[in-house]
Amino acid sequence: MQQVTSMLDILLLGDWNTRIVVFGTAMLGVAAGVVGTFLVLRKRSLLGDTVSHAMLPGVVGAFLVMQAFGGGGKSLAGLLLGAAVAGVLAAWAIPVLRRSTGLKDDAIMGIVLGGGFGLGIAMLGVAQALPGGNQAGLESFIYGRAASMVRSDAIGIGITAAVTLLIASTMAKEFRLLCFDESFGRAIGRREGLLDLGLMLLAVTVTVVGLQSVGLILVIALLIIPASAARFWTDEFVRMVTLAGVIGAVACWIGASVSAMAPKLPAGSIIVLTLATLFAFSMVFGTRQGALCRIVRSAGLRRRTDRQHLLRAAAEWMETSGVDRWTIANLAPMRSWSRGRLRLLHRRGVRSGDVAVTDDRFMLTKAGRLAADRVVRNHRLWELFLIRHADIAASHVDRDADLVEHVLGEEAVVELEQVLTRGDATPQSPHPLGGDP
Amino acid sequence: MPSKTAAEGILRGPEHDPTAALSIHDLTVAYDRRPVLWDVDLDVPPGCLAAIVGPNGAGKSTLIKACLDLLPRVSGDVRMFGSPWRQVRSRVAYVPQRETVDWDFPVSVLDVVAMGTYGRLGWLRWVGKTQKQAAMSALERVGLTEYAHRQISQLSGGQQQRVFLARALVQDADLYLMDEPFASVDAATEQAIIEVLRTLRGDGATVVVVHHDLQTVAEYFEHIILLNMRVVASGPMDSTLTAEHLRATYGGRLTLLEQAATALGRLSQPK
Repeated sequence: MQQVTSMLDILLLGDWNTRIVVFGTAMLGVAAGVVGTFLVLRKRSLLGDTVSHAMLPGVVGAFLVMQAFGGGGKSLAGLLLGAAVAGVLAAWAIPVLRRSTGLKDDAIMGIVLGGGFGLGIAMLGVAQALPGGNQAGLESFIYGRAASMVRSDAIGIGITAAVTLLIASTMAKEFRLLCFDESFGRAIGRREGLLDLGLMLLAVTVTVVGLQSVGLILVIALLIIPASAARFWTDEFVRMVTLAGVIGAVACWIGASVSAMAPKLPAGSIIVLTLATLFAFSMVFGTRQGALCRIVRSAGLRRRTDRQHLLRAAAEWMETSGVDRWTIANLAPMRSWSRGRLRLLHRRGVRSGDVAVTDDRFMLTKAGRLAADRVVRNHRLWELFLIRHADIAASHVDRDADLVEHVLGEEAVVELEQVLTRGDATPQSPHPLGGDP
Repeated sequence: MPSKTAAEGILRGPEHDPTAALSIHDLTVAYDRRPVLWDVDLDVPPGCLAAIVGPNGAGKSTLIKACLDLLPRVSGDVRMFGSPWRQVRSRVAYVPQRETVDWDFPVSVLDVVAMGTYGRLGWLRWVGKTQKQAAMSALERVGLTEYAHRQISQLSGGQQQRVFLARALVQDADLYLMDEPFASVDAATEQAIIEVLRTLRGDGATVVVVHHDLQTVAEYFEHIILLNMRVVASGPMDSTLTAEHLRATYGGRLTLLEQAATALGRLSQPK
C-alpha cells in the first residue's frame, strides 16, 4: 500500500526534485518527437543513430582534455560540449563522404557510426586506466543515467529542449517543404543545404540532451518511434508532429517516474519500452493505417460485394426462369460458390431483410427487390460502358464489370446513365446469363 | 574543355535577347565528367507555349533543372526576361516530375498547392486565409476542388499531376517550366491541362514544357526546341519541325522515326 502511494506520489510529481527531473525529461521527449518526425519524413532516420554513436569519442575526448588542463574532468557541460562537437563532425562527414565517394547514405552512416563508436570505446579504455577515470561515470553515457540526474541537469535539459522545440515548430513549414519536395523548394529560392544544416543541428542538440537520460544507444528510439507511431493515426503533417511530441513526452514521463521509483531500472530502457508499447498499440489500433482498421475496411467491402453478388444472382435467376422463388441449388451454379458459403450469404440476407425464407425456398423481400434492381442496373451499365468505350469483348465483360462495380460511387453511376441510357430502364444483359434456368 | 567551349561561345554565340522570356547562352551541364548538355543556345519568345522534345536521355529535364540552378553548370548563362534567375525568381514557376516526390507523405492536396505561396510568404510566416483562398481557386482551375482536403496518396496519377500544376498556378508567374506534365495522364486530363496552359498563354505568360508525344506537339505548341544533348533546332513550330531536324534529333531509331512520320503527316494536313 505504501508502495502504491509512493508510486502515485512520483507519477503525480509529489516530490519537488522528482518533479523537475520528470518534467525536464518529458520536455526532451516532446523535442525528440518533433525533430524525429522531420528526420523520418526526410528519410534520414539513421542520422540520429550515427550522430549519437559518434558522440562517444567526443565525450571521452572532452574528459581527457579537461583532465589534462587540471580540471576534474567531471564537468557535465564540458562533456556534453565534447559530445556536440563530435556529433556535428559526424553529421558533417556524411554529406562530404557521399559527395567524394559516391557511396549510398546507409553505407556511409554505417561507416561513420561504427568508426566513431569504435574509436570512443578504445578511448574509454584509455581514460578508465587513468586515475579518476572510473569515477567520472563516462560509461553511463552509453546507457543513460537519469536516476543520478540532479535538479540543475534537469533544468538544463528542459530549457535546451524547449528552445529546440520552439525553433523546430517555427520552422515546421519549411521543414515540411524540404521533406516533401526539395527541388520545388530550391526552385522558389529555399537553400536546401541551409535547411538540412538546421535540421541536423536540431537533431544533434536533441541527441546531446538525450545522452544523459536515455544514453547514446537508445536515443535513436526516442527520435524515430514517436513519429512512426503517430503516422498510424493521421495523414496530416501538423497533427503528426504534434502527436509524435505527445507520444515522446508520455514515454519520457513514464520512464523518468519509474526510474525515480526504482533506481535500479535505467530510465532509458523504460522510456524505450514504453515507446515500443505505444508503437505496437498504434500499429494495431491506429485509425488511419492501423492493422485493425485495414481489416475492418476490407471486410466491409467484402461483405458489400457478397451481398451485391447474391442480389444479382437472385435477380438474374428470376429473369431467366420466370420464377421468383429459388433454392440454394438453383443459385449455386451461377458463381463459383460453395454450398456452405451460399448458405451463409442467405443467412446474412435474411438477417438484413433482403431475403425471406419459407421451407428452404427463398425469395426477395420488397426492399431486397429494390436493392437487387439497383445492383443489376449498375452492373449492366458498367458492362455496356466497358464494351462501348473500353473495347472489351462481350464474353469477358462480366468479370471485368464485376471487379469494378462494387467500388463505383453514386456520381459515376449517374454519369454512366447519362452516357448509356436515355430513359430509366435497366438495360438488357449484353451476354447470355450464367447458370441453368 | 569548359574554357574552350566558353571561348567558342564568345566568338560565335548570339547575344542574349533581352525581350526573350527564356534565353540560354552556351550552357553546358555534366554529371561527374560525362556531359549531358553541350553548348545549348536558345531563345524562347514571351507569350508562347514552347515544347522541349527529344529522345530519352537527351537532357530535356536536365535543361530545365539547369535553368533553375537545381544542377550545377559547367559553363553558360541563363536569362529570364533579361535577368538571371535569382533576380526574377518570383516570376518563374516550376512543375517537377511527378515521380520526384513521395506521394505517401502526410500532407493534404490543399497544403501542397499552398506551397506555391511560400515564395512570397518567406520563411517565418504561415499559410493564412489569403493563401488558402489562392490555393482553392488554383484547384478550381484544374478541376480538383472536391479533393482539397484529401491526403495526396488518395489521388490518381493524373490528379497528382494536376495538383503540381495547381501549385505552379498559385505562384502566378510569367514563366512556367514544366517537366513532363503529360507523363502517364489519360486523354481527358491531358485536355484539361492543355486548356490551362492555353489560358496562361492568353494571360501573357510563357510556358516551356518537356513533351514526349510527337503526335500532339504541333497541335499543342507553337514553339519547339529539338534537343539531343545539343540543340538540334529551336524556333517556331512550322519552320522548325521538319523531317530533317527530326532525323537529326532521333537518329536512326526506327519506332521514333515512325512517330516522326505521323507527326509530319499531321503537319501537312490543312488545319
